[in-house]
Amino acid sequence: MAGDILKVKNLNVVLDGEEIIKDLSFEVKERETLIILGPNGAGKTTLLRTLLGLNPYSGEITWNTKSISYLPPQELFQRKEVTPLSIGEFFGFKKVSSETVLRIFSAVGLDSSLLRRRFGAVSTGQFQRMLIAWALVDQPKVLLFDEPASGIDIGGQETVYSLLHQFWQDWNLTILLVTHDTSTDIIR
Amino acid sequence: MEFLFALIIGFFLGGAAGYLGTLMLSQRMALVAGPLGHLTLPGIALALIFNFDVSLGAFPFVILGIFFIWLFEMNTKLPMEALTAIVFATGVAITFLFLPEEKTVPALIGDISQIQFLATFLSVMLSLLVLFVTKKIYSPMILAGISEDLAKTQRIPIKKYHFLYLLCIALTVALGVRIVGGLMTAALVAIPACAARNVSTNLIQYSYSGFFFGSLSCILGMVAFQFTNLPIGPLIVIVSTLFFLLSLFFKK
Repeated sequence: MAGDILKVKNLNVVLDGEEIIKDLSFEVKERETLIILGPNGAGKTTLLRTLLGLNPYSGEITWNTKSISYLPPQELFQRKEVTPLSIGEFFGFKKVSSETVLRIFSAVGLDSSLLRRRFGAVSTGQFQRMLIAWALVDQPKVLLFDEPASGIDIGGQETVYSLLHQFWQDWNLTILLVTHDTSTDIIR
Repeated sequence: MEFLFALIIGFFLGGAAGYLGTLMLSQRMALVAGPLGHLTLPGIALALIFNFDVSLGAFPFVILGIFFIWLFEMNTKLPMEALTAIVFATGVAITFLFLPEEKTVPALIGDISQIQFLATFLSVMLSLLVLFVTKKIYSPMILAGISEDLAKTQRIPIKKYHFLYLLCIALTVALGVRIVGGLMTAALVAIPACAARNVSTNLIQYSYSGFFFGSLSCILGMVAFQFTNLPIGPLIVIVSTLFFLLSLFFKK
């Protein structure tokens, strides 16, 4: 039976004097998918960022792995082309072999020629798939994904969720998803 | 001999400034070197009055300025450019209270007529240090520029790298005031970086062409100075601008 990969006990988060999360406790088991659903401003992103240690908090957060990958919402990426960064160079930040990058590109259904393209010069759907590839290229055990479907058309959303489903099945991935969208396949 | 020393400084310092400038442009901080250059003016004034090296005078003042900007940034919610404006305007005001009128022009537009071996040696060593540190922090800072959260989750010590980055800017500005003066230090970092941006399609090309344009602008500016005897700072800036204009024809 799978053990807990994350334990949260009596979590409280106060940001700028405002109480965002109050006395929250939950566990996530290995290979589970936890969907954190709620309207905008409910504190979903704050919860993910807190789990990653990016916000101050009180209470207990215990991870049973260090192999965690995180994808912020696509809107938070600076895609405007001030820096002429190629997608290949973006993957270089992860320090993995080019063979590994090519494998993950193929797994998310992206053509390797995209590696030579500029970071900001791809469509929103391709960008999201590229981000998934980036998050998974070093084979993490846990993926924290904030608003996977934001800014993508319905066809693109289905692709993103079916990719996540495929990696969850094939790689024994534990997934924590934040979304405000109840119309997605993964939720149904 | 002074001219040879100046050329050596120009090659290394111009290159380091251009290389660092590409990172500054990526962080949308290319103009910060301008106000920081103005901040060096009280130090240059002291150096000219008491007859010691201008970079030596400039460095503590630019460090002090950065410290105040950092302090205000921690304690207010004001953007960095506003805080920089406050600090640099104060620096300029203090300078013009004390700087003798006849010393004003070299302080503002640079002077390479009295460069000695020791100053050359120190400038080259410090430029190499700037190059080395910038290379070390370059990729993590670019990633942090794309998404700070992503960089933090990659366990990149952003605060430490940001501090090193500011220190590199301070060093470059303090060294740069010798050749372009306190008025035009932004040109040393901003213009080569903009030219590099125009001709590059990836990070490697971008950073290396920043070095290339920075270095070549300084050297050609100094050669022009040797033939025309016009002020050195403006000549370097004009050569740099010519490279930028030329880069527009090769824009990628």
